[in-house]
Amino acid sequence: MTARMPVKKYITANEAVAQAAKLARVDVVAAYPITPQTSIVEKIAQYIANGEMDADYLKVESEHSALTACMGARMAGVRAFTSTSSQGLEYMHEMLAYVAGGRYPLVLVNVCRSVALPWSIWGDQQDAIQQRDTGWIQIFTETGQEALDMVLQAYRIAEDHRVLLPVMVCLDAFIQSHTEELIEIPDQKTVDSFLPPYDAVVTLDVDNPYSISVGGFGQQYAHWRAEQQEATEKAQQIILEVGDEFARIFGRHYGGLIEQYRCDGAEALLVAMGACTGTARDVVDEMRDEGKAVGLVKVRAYRPFPVASLRKAISLAKAAAVLDRDCSWGYEGALATDLKGALYGLPNPPAVLNFIGGLGGADVPPERIKYMLEKALAAKRGDTPHLEFIDR
Amino acid sequence: MKKEKSIPGPVQKAGTRPTRMGTWSTAKPVLKGKCSFCLFCWIFCPEGAIIQDEANRRVRFDFEDCKGCGICVRECPTKAIEMVETEGNNQ
Repeated sequence: MTARMPVKKYITANEAVAQAAKLARVDVVAAYPITPQTSIVEKIAQYIANGEMDADYLKVESEHSALTACMGARMAGVRAFTSTSSQGLEYMHEMLAYVAGGRYPLVLVNVCRSVALPWSIWGDQQDAIQQRDTGWIQIFTETGQEALDMVLQAYRIAEDHRVLLPVMVCLDAFIQSHTEELIEIPDQKTVDSFLPPYDAVVTLDVDNPYSISVGGFGQQYAHWRAEQQEATEKAQQIILEVGDEFARIFGRHYGGLIEQYRCDGAEALLVAMGACTGTARDVVDEMRDEGKAVGLVKVRAYRPFPVASLRKAISLAKAAAVLDRDCSWGYEGALATDLKGALYGLPNPPAVLNFIGGLGGADVPPERIKYMLEKALAAKRGDTPHLEFIDR
Repeated sequence: MKKEKSIPGPVQKAGTRPTRMGTWSTAKPVLKGKCSFCLFCWIFCPEGAIIQDEANRRVRFDFEDCKGCGICVRECPTKAIEMVETEGNNQ
């Protein structure tokens, strides 16, 4: 009766993520609570306590230890999960680079929240963006359903022997984490058929001993780093493959590295990541109804950065309005910089207008998105770069 | 690269080393006197660069691993080893 039937429930994205960790048959969970991530690890602790989930929950004294414990679990050859936000992610910074360089296929869910100071528990994407260069695959999601689905996909991507890199699944504070929506929870048997047990290449094994996480310098160091870069680039293909397979089994497809929404013939495009792309869809629909040629490009994979896909998606428009819920202080929003880099070498490339907004939990309402798209419609190729803080 | 191709990341078969210290060195040990084969140098060498030549009852040096620290010279009870300056990189 219960064999292969998904159930639909009104739950938050955080609860959906906890469900995903359970469905992924995670063996070890090590986490430290922080708003707005807390309810993820609360739920997981509850599943373990009431016997629904067979995993070891390690109560650690910090996020740094949480990630280190997960790395140890991966060394021992089992599947591990952790989750954090903001200050917690920053506290993990040292170990984030360690885990990626060591090629441990961990999955971490980051509930994106602004970083101090000014103190704020509310949402933006500064925390995740600040960890961009630690070597993690970073995927931004729009809904609770997408967050659940991406945690399952993240294990497949991370553990693929062509990749073997950690994946950070990002969702937006409160807009996703604490908002209930109707979410389809897949059944365990179907998830098992999609996500087989972790097949570690090297584990701590006295009968087959390896020196794991060894030092190297000069040429040897460079060799391993070059391999890391190749694997991260290769991950683009694996993200697409896994997304396609997920769609065949579960019937939900998110477009892979980027999603293009009503981009056909668009003169101006909004380029954004995360939950605000949901609002942007409605704005695009409204403006299309008014006869305005606008579209949305939702960036899902931020690292590896989908250069080829974005070049193709953006090149025919005359301008792109990039919404960054982050800032690389002293320059501009990180997504805008990356997008400009992706357009390098195109003859007469589209103008890139950078809007920084939604910081510290500020809303990104439809009027603001419309404002950005109207500005992009008024721009022309070859315009000088534009940077604007929309909320000040 | 001395690594199994299928293994990703900084992992080595146990008992192998990722880097050769010989690239650092600016001096190398040379056996000038009579080696008593006491193996004090072998015990103290931090890089495992002393080779036991059982047949000839003397030690030799592995210059891929020798970083030229001179500890062997200091520990040799018969003062048989001397450090000789090199142009760098004994490999």
